[in-house]
Amino acid sequence: METFGIWLAALLTIGIISFLYKDNVLYKACESIFVGISAGYWFITYYWDNLYRKFYLGVTDMDNPHRFFLWIAFALGVMMLTRLIGKIGWLSRWPLAFIVGATAGLYMMTYFVSNAFVQVGATIKLPPDFGSVGSYISFGMIALGTFSGLVYFFFSKEHKGVFGGTAKLGIWFLMVTFGASFGYTVMSRMSLMLGRLDFLFGEWLGMIN
Amino acid sequence: MKTKEFIVTAIIIVVLLLCKFVLPKPIQFSPTISWIVTILLGLVFAFIFYLTIKGKPVERRIVFLLVGISLVVPFFMQFKLPLKISPEVQQVYDKLASLPPGSKVLASFDYDPPSAPELQPMAEAFVKYAFEHDIKIIMMGLWPQGPQQANQAVEAAFEENPALRDQVKYGVDYVNLGFQSGNEFVVLRMGESFKSMFPSDLNYTPYDSIPLLKNVSNFSNIDWSINFSAGKPGTVEWIQVAVDRYNLPMSAGNTAVQAPMVYPYLNAGQLLGLMGGMSGAAEFEKLTNLPGKATTFLLSQTFAHVVVILFIIIGNVAFLRSRKETK
Amino acid sequence: MKREIPIAITFIVGTVFALAYFIPREPFSLFERQFGDWFGIIAAFAIWLGALNLMKISAMKIARKKPDFIYASLIILSFLVMIFFGFYEGYKGLFAEPQFSYRDAGTGFNWLYEYVYSALSATMFALLAFFVASASYRAFRARNLEATLLLIAAFFVMLGRVPVGDMLTTWMPIGYTMSDWANWIMSVPNTAGQRAIMIGIALGLVSTSLRIILGLERSYLGGE
Repeated sequence: METFGIWLAALLTIGIISFLYKDNVLYKACESIFVGISAGYWFITYYWDNLYRKFYLGVTDMDNPHRFFLWIAFALGVMMLTRLIGKIGWLSRWPLAFIVGATAGLYMMTYFVSNAFVQVGATIKLPPDFGSVGSYISFGMIALGTFSGLVYFFFSKEHKGVFGGTAKLGIWFLMVTFGASFGYTVMSRMSLMLGRLDFLFGEWLGMIN
Repeated sequence: MKTKEFIVTAIIIVVLLLCKFVLPKPIQFSPTISWIVTILLGLVFAFIFYLTIKGKPVERRIVFLLVGISLVVPFFMQFKLPLKISPEVQQVYDKLASLPPGSKVLASFDYDPPSAPELQPMAEAFVKYAFEHDIKIIMMGLWPQGPQQANQAVEAAFEENPALRDQVKYGVDYVNLGFQSGNEFVVLRMGESFKSMFPSDLNYTPYDSIPLLKNVSNFSNIDWSINFSAGKPGTVEWIQVAVDRYNLPMSAGNTAVQAPMVYPYLNAGQLLGLMGGMSGAAEFEKLTNLPGKATTFLLSQTFAHVVVILFIIIGNVAFLRSRKETK
Repeated sequence: MKREIPIAITFIVGTVFALAYFIPREPFSLFERQFGDWFGIIAAFAIWLGALNLMKISAMKIARKKPDFIYASLIILSFLVMIFFGFYEGYKGLFAEPQFSYRDAGTGFNWLYEYVYSALSATMFALLAFFVASASYRAFRARNLEATLLLIAAFFVMLGRVPVGDMLTTWMPIGYTMSDWANWIMSVPNTAGQRAIMIGIALGLVSTSLRIILGLERSYLGGE
């Protein structure tokens, strides 16, 4: 079964790679299998890990005094599925409102604390290794880059004069940031392809030591 | 199927079958052959450079083919490459190495197979190191595929060091809690009670029956945590909830796409070390003295980067030349 | 019913999560715990909705004999195969002694995951490697100062993150080789730029969240 699996995986891998030559039947077939298998995979994992373990084991846990509340979540979940039925589809807004409200409430705090408050603090606080020339430069550049970057994102005032100059500096910092991100993206994408080529030439063809 | 496509398909099938059944294996180039192949690749690029500045850029399939060759050929080469450790990877290792035997580590596997080439080597090196140093691992995933990737990392550790199969006991030295949906809400609930989110482990063993989890109720019972992340939910969500709200000490391994975005957290001290992409994984493998896939891939990765840089240079030289001519 | 109740739900749930951050005591913490538990269950149904909707659309394509109905049948077939193994082996493992998971090594579900799902998903994303290279050759141009800065940063990072960068700059003083430059770019200008983006997004997110909780932003409810 393992050998068959490796051959099948190799065929599917080549099928997807064949898209590089041009869109073709094999690629489309592989793509469709991918979509179906993924949907099935997610369907099953959410069934067992959430609905079975979280809901079923939760409501049957006699030690939990609040177990009955889980039925409300179940009811809201079922309401989500009404979207598939035209007439009562509006019922799905209730669970959707729950998801949106919960996410908004949590994000409002977590993003403010971790991504704004702590970051501002870290920008103006002297680092532990402060003292060397290098640390002066790094500290100053991070503070300058963060400030000028934020100035660039402030569109309520026209980018002219000192303000415009600061915004320009902000763009330069952002461009270096995007360049670094591009470099890392290249690294990432190549790594992913390496993984597949290693499978083809190593596990399947056995050519790699 | 047109004749041209039929011929291409036939050639590919014949080449692959030859590789599979006829060629002697494994293939390994001697250093001389490796150099010759590298020089030949360089000549091909010189030719592309010539064509491009002459105003005849090569078509994209040639670019694809060259990238493919540059990734594959180094698999068979024998160049030894020195690898320098970056401070953020060193920080991850220092934290791991400072843990006394018996420490409990929470490892969240928040990725799926597409990101495995980057993150699996980190995960495997971490799991092997932890098993060999009696560090207990509580595994979980915010991605459905994560727990399966965790199982694969455990299996790889056992294959690498078969003695571990007898020494390391499931439920005592490591446990896989599986996946729960809810992204940061899972982390939030775990801040109060792990059991509320994971009433059982992956195999439906009740939480309270697992020896390793006897005295683990929330993050306060965890000595250190590591997060292998390919996106959302992942490192950012763990930092926002577990680190900033519950003071969980955490390091992370990220895909290279995500890593640059995480640096502000590293600078602010919210994250204790970061392994970014395959190069981060290779550095971690070197530090733990457990060379794996990332180390093997380093040469191919190097070739790939050089190829992309060459393409950028060629494209830009041609661009600047044409601009000059226009002026 | 169609708009008022959802707005009320959003307000109550959002307020509970926001207040529980500052007041981690009853009744807020109790509600936060309950809502946290509910979130996962509702999210599971949301995923089911997506999968079932895909099946509905594919089935309609087959019924109407649209040109690509063969691919729609492949989608349905592979979905059914996956869920068959998932349910069958899940229940088999539940009643077995000792119990096992449908995801354990040796199960059909795991076989499909390893040899079909992993192979397809990994290759699908890996294709981007080729397009990145092609774009580098055809579109990545130093047209102005900003683009040149981007190119230079990418050059240093790409070379600095692989050993060849250091090999090419061994003549530089210690601490100034290519990997050191890459480290510096990542930890200084990149950190500064990412932090500016991060703070900007955070502020935008806080204001949008507030608008949603207060019912000023209702676009998520759709029309009608």
